[in-house]
Amino acid sequence: MKPDIRQVWTELEVNLDLHDQLLASMAKSHKKTHLWQKHRPKGIEFFDHALHASHAERVAEIHAFRKGGGKSIGTFCIYVPDEIALAADVLPIPLCGGSGWPVNYADKMFPRDICPIIRSTFGMAFSGTCPYKKLKDFAIGETTCDAKKKAWDLLGFKAMEVPQKKNPVDRDLWLMEVYAFKEMMEKLSGVPVTAEKLSDNIKLVNRKRKSLQRINEFRRLDNPPLSGLDALLVSQIALSQDTVKFIEAAEALADELRERAEAGISAYENGNRKPRVMMAGTPSPMGNAKVHYAVESSGMKIVADESCTGLRYYSALVDESQTTLEGMIRAIADRYFSIDCSCFSPNKERIENVVKVAQEYRVKGVVQNILQYCHGYNVEAKAVENALNEAHIPSLKIVSDYSDEDLEQLRVRTESFAELIGAK
Amino acid sequence: MLTCGIDIGARSIDIVLLDGTRIVASSVTETGVTPRENARSAFEALLRDAGVRSSDIARTLATGYGRNYFEGMDRTSSEILCHAAGVAALFPRVRTVIDIGAQDSKLIQTGEGGRVLDFVMNDRCAAGTGKFIEIVAAMLHLSLEEIGPLALRTAETCEISSMCAVFAESEIVGLLHKGMAREVILRGVFRSIARRTLGMAGKFSLEEDVVFTGGVALNPGIVQALKQESAIREILIPPCPQITGALGAAILARRDMVE
Repeated sequence: MKPDIRQVWTELEVNLDLHDQLLASMAKSHKKTHLWQKHRPKGIEFFDHALHASHAERVAEIHAFRKGGGKSIGTFCIYVPDEIALAADVLPIPLCGGSGWPVNYADKMFPRDICPIIRSTFGMAFSGTCPYKKLKDFAIGETTCDAKKKAWDLLGFKAMEVPQKKNPVDRDLWLMEVYAFKEMMEKLSGVPVTAEKLSDNIKLVNRKRKSLQRINEFRRLDNPPLSGLDALLVSQIALSQDTVKFIEAAEALADELRERAEAGISAYENGNRKPRVMMAGTPSPMGNAKVHYAVESSGMKIVADESCTGLRYYSALVDESQTTLEGMIRAIADRYFSIDCSCFSPNKERIENVVKVAQEYRVKGVVQNILQYCHGYNVEAKAVENALNEAHIPSLKIVSDYSDEDLEQLRVRTESFAELIGAK
Repeated sequence: MLTCGIDIGARSIDIVLLDGTRIVASSVTETGVTPRENARSAFEALLRDAGVRSSDIARTLATGYGRNYFEGMDRTSSEILCHAAGVAALFPRVRTVIDIGAQDSKLIQTGEGGRVLDFVMNDRCAAGTGKFIEIVAAMLHLSLEEIGPLALRTAETCEISSMCAVFAESEIVGLLHKGMAREVILRGVFRSIARRTLGMAGKFSLEEDVVFTGGVALNPGIVQALKQESAIREILIPPCPQITGALGAAILARRDMVE
């Protein structure tokens, strides 16, 4: 590591020793889950590097931006509208943790039986290994689960209220929350959100989503040129990288995937023999790819991922045809309100969507990947399973956390599932 | 030519040598703390005892947690497929397999010829597995062989409500302090394990014939509890329920050769 980045970390009050341990743990885990793959596209190197750069170069970039007077906020779920923050010259930084290493440091404040995303995120913050802790003016959460809501309260964070139903009154509430967020961003930076700037940023963030969609399209092929593990990595990096840099790298990767597809190059060894599967359920933030790894190393091809680190993040675009500021804000609110998080009740849209995606991507089975203690997705899994049964699509539910100890136990299930759907 | 199936589990290493459809030799040994070495020596010991040379074995298939670390294997397969194949060879009319091993419990729904139709497994948790039963036996100062017959001696039972092995342990401590007899506690424990195992079925019905495998099938207390807590009329148990996985592995190895 270059000495200057250590200087940056020191300025950000990072505990250097522990942070080195975290980085080593992340590198080890990435090596295990991703680097065994033999037929990766060349363009994926950017994303391998970005994983490590998220704690180094990217941190230095944001540090310099803030030293120059720039403002930034920390975000968690995919509900905080990037377009509006960016239009006010505020940089949104997603903080969700996916590494298993810091989880136990969360004990200082949180119970052990809450979801590992919260524990990993704040374990990093409490152990002095999150360089982003000092890289934001404030954090803004959202009300997608009870454990998070209470965490924001304990830590004094702001939060956007994501309604829990989808009635007109809920839409109105959400629109008001989006307006309040706009005012909050304007107040933070002193930069008014104009129609022109908002329009530019709607287009920019849509370009990012379109680049992800373009990459994802190649997964429809019988024998995709990109593995499910690497598609997950790309999504994870989309959340941490600078938007413009990400789009460049993603488009370059998509160009390469087109060439590979035309030349019939697959990301998989004996790909034709491997059954196509889809992942559905909770997100796998950066650092966590355990279940994807168990699935693909058991001889299946993940060709679609419905989670927040998959289609839920990029499948919907913001309507670009609006010309007034009010119209644009409504379009943004509508787009984010269409995200089918399991916090909604009822949540028919998500259940129907899982079946629809499974059929569109011609999968032979669905793996429901549920983080332990995520009650919403865990309970909803039954409704998803029933809907898949009706469509004659086999499914396997896996409940796990970020620790590696159960990998072999998971593999008993994933290998059996592969054998089961492969034989059909 | 012989085929070999080896099931390297969390508690035992089970090996079967198969000549066509006939079991030539089998063994059950402890996994211990050096599973790789122990698997190797158990394999060699079995060959020695059976008077078989390793060159007589045409194909070896490994299953169980240690399957990827056994040097002599030609390929691996999951326990689910192996158990189903092994059970179907012994009980051709099987439709449901209940397997309770040291670390896992599984329900397997099978079709013709032992084809796996569906399966469920316990979550990452020791409650309801062989390990949990071992912990309970140790707490009550009893051997694994003693606990089943002892539980059958009473008609009385008690409520063990905790789903967690650790909490259940403290619940049992509480019951002992109250002066409750060990056999009553055991019946309560076996009933909670039976309910938990049967509860996993959720997505499919437990059609007969039902076959119970894994080391826990040797425990008559659990067998009785499974029957009492379900509509299953009869539970079939192989003569040596630990080796069904290894038997299935040897059968799959044989199938590989025929194909």
